[in-house]
Amino acid sequence: MEILVCVRRVPDTGENEILLNSTGNDIERDDLVYSINEWDNYAVEEALQIVAKAGGSVTVATVGREDDEEVLRREMAMGANQGVLLTDPAFEGSDGRGLAAILAAFVKKGKYDLVLTGVQAEEGGAQVGGMLAAMLGYPFASLVNSIEVNGNKLKISREIEGGNKEMSEIDLPCVLSIQTGINEPRYVGMRGIRQVASIPIPMLGASDLGVNGGEVGVGAAKVKRTDYFVPTAGKGAEMLQGSRDENITKVIDLLKAKGGMK
Amino acid sequence: MGGIFAYILHKGGVVDDTATELIAAAKAFDNAASPTAVAVGTGAGLDAVCTALCSSYAEVWKIANDALAYPNAELIRKALLEVLPQDAILLLPHEHFGVDLAPGLSIKMNSPYVSDATGIEGVAGTTLRATRQEFGGQVSAHVQCDISNGAVISVRAGAFKSVEGLAANGTIVDKSSAVGALSAGRRYLETIAAETGDVDITKQSVLVSVGRGIQGADNVDIAQELADALGGAVSCSRPVVDAKWLDKSRQVGTSGQTVKPKVYIACGISGSFQHMAGIKGNPFIVAINKNPKAPIFQLADVGIVDDVLEFLPALIQKVRES
Repeated sequence: MEILVCVRRVPDTGENEILLNSTGNDIERDDLVYSINEWDNYAVEEALQIVAKAGGSVTVATVGREDDEEVLRREMAMGANQGVLLTDPAFEGSDGRGLAAILAAFVKKGKYDLVLTGVQAEEGGAQVGGMLAAMLGYPFASLVNSIEVNGNKLKISREIEGGNKEMSEIDLPCVLSIQTGINEPRYVGMRGIRQVASIPIPMLGASDLGVNGGEVGVGAAKVKRTDYFVPTAGKGAEMLQGSRDENITKVIDLLKAKGGMK
Repeated sequence: MGGIFAYILHKGGVVDDTATELIAAAKAFDNAASPTAVAVGTGAGLDAVCTALCSSYAEVWKIANDALAYPNAELIRKALLEVLPQDAILLLPHEHFGVDLAPGLSIKMNSPYVSDATGIEGVAGTTLRATRQEFGGQVSAHVQCDISNGAVISVRAGAFKSVEGLAANGTIVDKSSAVGALSAGRRYLETIAAETGDVDITKQSVLVSVGRGIQGADNVDIAQELADALGGAVSCSRPVVDAKWLDKSRQVGTSGQTVKPKVYIACGISGSFQHMAGIKGNPFIVAINKNPKAPIFQLADVGIVDDVLEFLPALIQKVRES
């Protein structure tokens, strides 16, 4: 089974306070800790587990800049056979549709039985996988939390409401968006990353892929972000500003008043 | 700009609550808008859904097809492409079915897709302005798109307040004949119900709920000590289940359990929309998180910026003394 996993390097929301820049047109990107998009890491692990049983190879690809190569190397250290960086000034500022178009062009140049993405990335759109499948004319399933290979078909489950699982069979080739928790991604140490540090990573641009630069990038984006702002959902909590001991005393008083103490 | 259509979720012949939220979303485009409901399915269940929708929608398009007994996004996409006008503006809820259908449909309709909209600020000319959240809800963004050739917009459940008290006395228009035989590369087999765990978190009045900030399976014991001292139970957010620190039956949220405690103590939980949607009944929420920007502080009653691994042991000691 030849598997392509589409990955992305994102600011790690677990490690960063996301703040706006001074003009509000972007987040403050200085000093952000970047990492592999969490969903994508599960997708790579799943691909590795499938190939371990069914044979084949795993390719990881990302649309980005040279800085984004580090996540390809990280996933190669996990065991992905090769990484490819899809990079071109014409790709900058692509919306979800633009990213899907670039990835579709790359998929058509290869011969993949299965294409995996994460369910979503930092923008929370949960859209690139479904768009990619529609562009390729492949079947698609989102929120996939188990995969079993069955000849030229897969038996999959999707995570639906209340923790229930929707079981389906899906023909190959197909595109699946992978939900977190589908597996336990293996640990990657510095040693593993050093071992893949010198493997060349091919870079492909618009002309290599046969992508019309006018159909991707910021100019072609159908949905444009104009600015960021800080949400004011809800009334906001009363923030306790005292010392730890003072805060604890206050919390205990509140718990007593609200029926939270037996 | 084409007509506004609302894709209706339903199950067992019962219309989902989001149906009337989509009317509110349509009215945010244009207060005079009268969206058309689109109900897809088969049999008596679909008929009951269409009849019920007539109380809130002036027009209900019914698409009955034997292949649509279970909502399969690929089949429904094909049916909608036969029935909807090319410049349709389609609203649908952003949940597990919506994320399956909407992205691919937007490609096939060649329309912009606004995903998981939390607000619609209005339409100026043919430009729609909407709001959505990024970075796990830590920041929001304004987005805009040209809707003159249609649009697909998935709407966050609960973001629009249902329009109540409607008496639309609507009419049902049967569009079934526009759709022929349907087949798909993905075929539904069965639904497997979630496993039940040792503790039923839906029945607890006090929940000590742990998130990624608890950092490890061993530290869950700290939360359990607090729960024991308060007479409650331990629940959690999704990352804790993903990391296998707790069983899936302990998860609160759209893909886990819906809980209705009196007191909810959120320890190291960022407060994603999907998590908070599982907390009902307006409990008193105490949030402890080391990130002052965590969305949980927008939604909690009381917030403390602190490291849960230091705060909780100190709290447990004081609770035992008091």
